[in-house]
Amino acid sequence: MSTKYETVIGLEVHVQLATKTKAFCACSTKFGARANTQVCPVCLGLPGVLPVFNKKAFEYAIKLAIALGCEIQRVVKFDRKNYYYPDLPKNYQISQFDMPLAYNGKITVEEDASGASRSIGVTRAHLEEDAGKLIHDARLPFSYIDLNRTGTPLLEIVSEPEIRSPDEAHKYLTVLKQIIEYLEISDCNMEEGSLRCDANVSIREKGARKLGSKVEIKNLNSFKAVRDALRFEEIRQEEVLEDGEIISQETRLWDENKNVTISMRAKEAAHDYRYFPEPDLVPFEVKEEEVEIIRDTMPELPAEKIKRFETEYKLGHKDVEVLVSRKDIADLFEEVEKNVKKAQIAANWIKGEVMKHLKEKSTDVKGLNLDPVNLSKIIQMVEDGTISGLSAKEVLAVCLETGDDPDDIVKKKGFKQVSDEGELESSIENVIKKNQKSVNDYKNGKTNALGFLVGQVMKETKGKANPKLAGEMLRKKIT
Amino acid sequence: MDNIFFSIDTYRKWLEQADKPLKDTVSFLIERLLSIDKSINAFSEVEGEAIVARASVLGKGAKGRALFGVPIATKGNICLKDALTTCSSRILEGFRPPYSATVTEKLMAEGALIFNGANMDEFAFGSSCEGSCTGPTKNPWDRTRIPGGSSGGATAAVAAGEVAAALGSDTGGSIRQPAAMCGVVGFKPTYGRVSRYGLIAFASSLDQIGPITNNVADCAAMLEVIAGYDEKDSTSVNAEVPRYTDSLNQDIKGMKIGIPKEYFIDGINDDVRNCISDAIKVFKKLGAETVDISLPHTKYAVSCYYIIGPAEASSNLARYDGVHYGHRDRNARDLIEMYIGSRNEGFGAEAKRRILLGTYALSSGYYEAFYLKAQKVRTKIADDFKEAFKVCDCILTPTTPTTAFKIGERVEDPLAMYLSDIFTISANLAGLPAVSVPCGFGKGNLPVGLQLMAKPFEEEVLIKSAHAFEQNTEHHKVRACDL
Ligand SMILES: [Zn+2]
Repeated sequence: MSTKYETVIGLEVHVQLATKTKAFCACSTKFGARANTQVCPVCLGLPGVLPVFNKKAFEYAIKLAIALGCEIQRVVKFDRKNYYYPDLPKNYQISQFDMPLAYNGKITVEEDASGASRSIGVTRAHLEEDAGKLIHDARLPFSYIDLNRTGTPLLEIVSEPEIRSPDEAHKYLTVLKQIIEYLEISDCNMEEGSLRCDANVSIREKGARKLGSKVEIKNLNSFKAVRDALRFEEIRQEEVLEDGEIISQETRLWDENKNVTISMRAKEAAHDYRYFPEPDLVPFEVKEEEVEIIRDTMPELPAEKIKRFETEYKLGHKDVEVLVSRKDIADLFEEVEKNVKKAQIAANWIKGEVMKHLKEKSTDVKGLNLDPVNLSKIIQMVEDGTISGLSAKEVLAVCLETGDDPDDIVKKKGFKQVSDEGELESSIENVIKKNQKSVNDYKNGKTNALGFLVGQVMKETKGKANPKLAGEMLRKKIT
Repeated sequence: MDNIFFSIDTYRKWLEQADKPLKDTVSFLIERLLSIDKSINAFSEVEGEAIVARASVLGKGAKGRALFGVPIATKGNICLKDALTTCSSRILEGFRPPYSATVTEKLMAEGALIFNGANMDEFAFGSSCEGSCTGPTKNPWDRTRIPGGSSGGATAAVAAGEVAAALGSDTGGSIRQPAAMCGVVGFKPTYGRVSRYGLIAFASSLDQIGPITNNVADCAAMLEVIAGYDEKDSTSVNAEVPRYTDSLNQDIKGMKIGIPKEYFIDGINDDVRNCISDAIKVFKKLGAETVDISLPHTKYAVSCYYIIGPAEASSNLARYDGVHYGHRDRNARDLIEMYIGSRNEGFGAEAKRRILLGTYALSSGYYEAFYLKAQKVRTKIADDFKEAFKVCDCILTPTTPTTAFKIGERVEDPLAMYLSDIFTISANLAGLPAVSVPCGFGKGNLPVGLQLMAKPFEEEVLIKSAHAFEQNTEHHKVRACDL
């Protein structure tokens, strides 16, 4: 984008709270069940039945409110948002209108590599219930309705229009997702829809006070899609303005395949949802003690953890960022560090091998079935020269696959390094005999010839030689 | 026909003496009801086989229970598992809920025989029972007149001796007004005293289920069974339920009865006025004192009610759209047509009127002027009562301004119809308990009712005063079914 304009972005994020049961009934919230098997008269909106609020959803929402530094409403009040849609069996959604549970919070994102940061205001976070899903088949003259999702608790988190670039929007989402994952209040799985995001974007000439016409972008199925769609949109809007035309306030859909936004509908007068207080749910007071109890159960959040890791473990910012990116990884690091007592080495292992396995299997530490004790053992074996780094990687792979003890794997595979001078003696002699050219090179000052020779020793011993020891012995023999 | 339902006690003695298998009794009761109901139309459909089937599973232990074998009518908006529950509306044609209302469960646990689906004004919108999609119920005292509404079917069934007692729902007088017009006792408990779970909502913040009975003792017994906290209804109040039958015979000497001047207006007909003055004399004779009180915001009650009630109703009734259950327009070609067609065919005139009224009152730009203002007025009305109850224990008023009117008389005049609830609406807006008790007869031998209102959760005050009055008058002994 040119420097003439600036971009104004606001994000609306819907997060499904990971409560076991729905917001107003006892149905399971589990994803992926057969259609319409997780329903009851309450979430089906049958006549005469009444909602009963799941206090766990309240607890989860309060956790996020605390994490985002929000003010918390003293009274929890629900409202009805009235609109007709077949995936909403009551034709109203229980939501919160004028008294969102949490308001006036902020999310801090890093501005650039220098570590400077910027705060994005969080206008509000409110509780509501999710709708069901319509399943369309273009060949059929009707649609199917799956109401399993109906009534799942949602937290809608609305940012101030303070985000200034698509990259910053991406960072905002990353930080928000990280916090939510740390709080363990949502799966944050965009593919399963447990985290959804709509973006509002407008541009204006730099220095202008008035906001430009707002365009809402929907169908954003990943953080990357959010960034790409916003990048596309700011350029599109600039072109419209440069052509002397007016940007119309509308809703646009992101087409991931074509990398464009497409106009979906013009935003005429705002939809009238006829909000009014939900008479079936009695407002209840938020007690200060209750909030304090929840506050006491809060985990250390990413921002605090980053600071602590930097000072406590003396690690560089980049390393810490990777370790803290997920709570399970940070926890794994700390467990391993406790055993091996070498922070940088533990960090390298986790950043490297462990992350590789996590990515390959696209899972978390739990799903990887990685016992921190085993990882510590492997690292220690490398450190004390029992096995080579190369073997260690294989031990880890086998360990993840079988769950076997690393000691047993090393034994079974014969990975134990030869660290005995006597045992290595003949191999070293052989290598020197066979590679006179390299020996001479080394003697003539080509120091990297030693590496080649060590490699030959490794080959000779089928990888079992302790390379450090082999190097020392070679040097002594040659010089 | 013998009046076996003079009281629940009389009936239970009769049942004991008859000493027949319950199955035979049930069949007899169904036959008896159907024969009486030919001229009343309190029920549009009686599912006899289901009633027999439910009786057969009552179990041996049920025999000693408070309502064993007692036939009780329930209004058509109170859910009964697998039974037709239609709110007398075409839009719910064929609807059988897979659950029972908490009150129904409680009655059945006490051994009651449920005669469900009593006729009503569609979705309880009305004061005459003419708004039913299956035709009006007739007043047992004069079959050319309305029984009152909206619980007209349930009330007429009790008055005509079809059942021993009934459950109705009261949003603005729908239990008390027909009770007065049919000469029986009708009780609206404090908001939150009785679970609303399984009551198909009209206006959630006003609706309350209550008993309709031949006398105050039956009423106390019924209330005792249905009252209490229900975890399925967040608006039900978690407070201990007293034994209401224990308060029946408590003395009312020295009790202060408030007489609000705003309830003795020009519109009251003379029959009603005279009966109420006589009733006041009875209370005085019993040692109660009367206190003149004022409830200054009474004049706003009807308008306030006709904003809040329809507003909530417009949202509560939004779910009847032909998509998931109930009536669907089969000719619709797309979703919008299906919504419009189903609702247009499914709802009657009054339902449409109230949905439109409520939608309007909640619309942006009108919300503050209507809904919000009505909520403020509602608070003022409740405050009036709080103030009044500083100087009195209960408040006595007529239940209705007139006796039962002719069928068809007010159908074309909704405003006149709305005014028949003018004295009963305030108790709903303020959430107070209130009872209507027979207090005499006007021209044409038409019953007149008096209303007593008390502080929230002081149902006992109403029971003892209503009982004292009843025991010292003869009105309740005269029954329509004896005519
Ligand atoms: Zn459910």
